[in-house]
Order: sequence, then C-alpha cells, then structure tokens
Amino acid sequence: MYNDKVMDHFFNPRNVGEMENPDGVGQVGNPICGDVMRVQIRVKDNRIEDVKFKTFGCGAAIATSSMVTELVKGLTLDEAMEVSNKTVAEALGGLPPQKMHCSNLAADALHEAIKDYRSKAAAAR
Amino acid sequence: MTSEYMSPARKVYLDHSSTTPVRAEVLSVMMPFFAQAFGNASSIHRWGREARVGVETAREKVAYLLGAEPSEIVFTSGGTEADNLALRSTAHLLRSKGNHIITTAVEHHAVLHTCQVLEKEGYEVTYLPVDKYGMVSVESVREAIRPETILISVMHGQNEVGTIQPIEEIGLLAKEKGILLHTDAVQSAGKIPTKVRDMNVDLMTISSHKMYGPKGIGALYVRKGIRIAPQITGGAHERGRRAGTENVAGIVGFGEACYLAERELEAEGKRLTTLRDKLINGILEKIPDTVLNGHPTKRLPHNVNVSIKYVEGESVLLNLDRMGVGASSGSACTSGSLEPSHVLLAMGVPHEVAHGSIRMTLGRMNTEEDIDYVLEVLPPIVSRLREMSAFSASTDSEVCGGGHKNVQ
Repeated sequence: MYNDKVMDHFFNPRNVGEMENPDGVGQVGNPICGDVMRVQIRVKDNRIEDVKFKTFGCGAAIATSSMVTELVKGLTLDEAMEVSNKTVAEALGGLPPQKMHCSNLAADALHEAIKDYRSKAAAAR
Repeated sequence: MTSEYMSPARKVYLDHSSTTPVRAEVLSVMMPFFAQAFGNASSIHRWGREARVGVETAREKVAYLLGAEPSEIVFTSGGTEADNLALRSTAHLLRSKGNHIITTAVEHHAVLHTCQVLEKEGYEVTYLPVDKYGMVSVESVREAIRPETILISVMHGQNEVGTIQPIEEIGLLAKEKGILLHTDAVQSAGKIPTKVRDMNVDLMTISSHKMYGPKGIGALYVRKGIRIAPQITGGAHERGRRAGTENVAGIVGFGEACYLAERELEAEGKRLTTLRDKLINGILEKIPDTVLNGHPTKRLPHNVNVSIKYVEGESVLLNLDRMGVGASSGSACTSGSLEPSHVLLAMGVPHEVAHGSIRMTLGRMNTEEDIDYVLEVLPPIVSRLREMSAFSASTDSEVCGGGHKNVQ
C-alpha cells in the first residue's frame, strides 16, 4: 500500500517531539476522523530554526508530518508557507489515493504554526 | 525496506476472522476433483456421476455440522451470496404478507447493504441498537415486531468484536410470532455449536474459508418447507434454488472442512478460549489505557478486540506487521472510508477510541508461544506510538471537548 519512502518516514520519523516555549504552534485534524497533527516551530531571523511534531494518526499521517518537518527546516517563513500538502505527498513519492485527503494535512499544521507565530509577533509589536 | 521487516523473528497470523489457510486434509480431498473427477455434476455419464457423489457427500458433511438434513443445504459462492439469497428471497416471496424486516446495527455489510437496497425497493427495515458489549436484547426484537414483519436477521457471532447474540431466544420469539429468522453464522460455524434445531433458526449463512476450507464457496441452510426464490437464475441446480454449475472441488473441500470442524469443535474451542483469555488479559495488564471491546464471556473463542487509547489502529498494524504479526483494525484508515467501524460506534465507543481498535483472531496454528511473542512486541510498539501521539491521558478532556480545527 505504502512505498518504501513513506514506510521509512513512518518507522523512522524525523523531528518527533515537543519543544519548550515554541514560537508558534499549529494543530489540525480531528479525533473523529482519526488524524490530529501538532507542529511546533522555533523562528530565528524569519527562518524556521527548528520544528517538531506530534501526530495521532495512520501511517500516512505520521509520514507526512515527518516529511514536512524535514522539508521546511531552515526555510524562511514565506518559503515554508509555499510548501503545500501536495508538495509533501510528492516528496514522499506519492500516497495511496484514499490517503490524499484524510491524512495529508501536515503542511496545514505547519501553516497554522507560522500564522500563530506571526499573530503573536504582531501582538508583541 | 530493512532486513528486519523482511524476516521477523516469528510470524504469527492473527487474522483468522478474515480468512484461514486451507487445511492439508481439505486440500487432499479436493485435488482429484480438478483434473480427474472433473465432470459436471449434472451430467448422466460416469464423469458426471463421480462429481455428483462428491457434491452430495459434501452436502451430508455440511448438514452434519449444522444438525440439518442434506436437502436443507444450498451451496452458494460464499457468505455474502448466502446472506443476499436469504434476505432478497424472503423479502420478495413474502411481499404480499408484509414489508418489514428487523436486523441489527452490527450486522456484516452483506446484510446491512442488502437491507439498504431493499429499503430503496420499498421495504422498511428496523436496525436494532446494541448494548456496550455489542449485544442485541431479545426484548428489543419483541418491541420491533409489527404485523407486517416478515423477516428477522440477526448474526450469531459478531465478526469484529466476537459477541455471541442470543439467537436461541430470538428464535423462540420468531417461532411464536410466525416470523422467519435468518442468522449469519459465518464467524461462529465451526467455532461454537451451530445446530439449527437448537438455535431455532429458519435460514443460516455459513462460509467455507473461515473454517479452513477454500474460498469461493459457502452455503445457506434453508429449513425444510421454506421456499427460496433463486437470485441467480439459470439451470435447475441446487433444486432450483441457485443456478450455475456446481463448484465441485470447492464443495468437496467445504464438506471436509465442516466435518473436521465438527469433530474438533469442543477441544479446539477450549484451547482457543484459553489462548484468547491469555492474550486479552496480557494486553490489559501490560498496556495502560486499553479496553476490551465486545462481551467478556459471551464471546467467540478466537476473538480478541481491544482499543488502545491515544494511538491509531493502522499505525499499530503496520508495526505489528513489521514484527511478523498479522492483525486487523476497525479504524477508518483500514476501512477505506473516513468512518471507523460501524460496530464499535453502535456500541457507543467514541470515535477516537474506535480508531485505536485492534482485532486479533486466533486459529488452529496459534500456540501459547505466539501469544507470548505478541505480548512481548506489542507494548513497545504502543509506547513508541504514544510518545509520538498528539494525544495522551492529559489531553483527554481536550479531545472530548472538541475545539480542534477541522480542515476536512
């Protein structure tokens, strides 16, 4: 069902965990549909210096979470906002069709984290 | 893929409710019917007669398992076809008598989806609720009966959670009211006693590949005196109840599987119950925040179904598979839809807990060492996934309160 790259990210996920005092947090999904992803970011000079995730979900949910963290580390916030769910799925070499909608939300979680950071930063100004 | 994935320390198949391997004894009695005794069982010549003997001997063996007459057995392509035949035939033949069917919310899709089709044809269907164990109450059946009720269809052993329904009592009630009772006994036949006279049923579905017979063959028991309108029309096979040249080798294998199951029923049932309880208790003891789904005792001897909170079923299955353990789940991800198991939801299990359900169904080959192995590999898998999970015991209130952004 899943290709080797997806399975690699599922069995050996990158950047799992939580950080203390993250600069931005984003969470998407819903326990009712079975996938919830939480992404935390640390921002320095408008770049994503560090990123962590925690995910409740299926193989695709965990693999896409891992992949998005790998893709955006070191990018500017604007560049990271350009990374879409589609980008993540492509970077994984594709996902089974039934997983494209329900379990491919990791980029959305990241975007929420960036928006969270930006709104906090705007409020602090 | 890592070498560990390719060759796990042990291989443990725990998905016998999905399907079972064909037993060697079954395969050996089937073999002559492919190339030697290949005749059409309807033919008059020696080749045909040979095949006919195979079919009729097998029919006696299937009847033996059910305590039925051979003439009461109609061979079909499997459980799904037998369920379809029972429901559609009864509905159509008794249309002048009434249009109401009673079934349950936890039936197999072969019954549920057929009922939905019948609803579109103008039939009314009552889907009875179940309690937290997945059990239907006889009283709820009684209350649902109307003057126009023509059929009650309640499964015997529930395929996901293993709960055994009170068919005998429902049968007495159906008899008293003069309503036909069908039961889907695909999961229970060959595992626990399924004598049709004791169960007071009129129609019963069974399937070969759930009891170490080949796939593509099943049967509908039809009590003597009940008419059947064939849903597959053609020749006069199966006494005009199901057209199509008999799957002779499949029927012969099915018969042998039934015979062996009946002979070993009691001993194997006891052995499986011991293994089942060891696995259930081991999981509940070793892994915190786990719950048993289904009835603790009125349960198929080979069924284990647990919900592991804060993790999702498919993730657990993929990890178990890597360790050589084959299981299944009621999570949405494994059903190909967004909804988790309709059975667990009907039992009142919350969505997020249903997503973490794991079904392990035992069989003949499983040993105590297999159970020890599962109890060794499962806890670390769960710990690892929980460390990764967005949920934990501390987020329970958050989960229940909702409030997450749903970007579906």
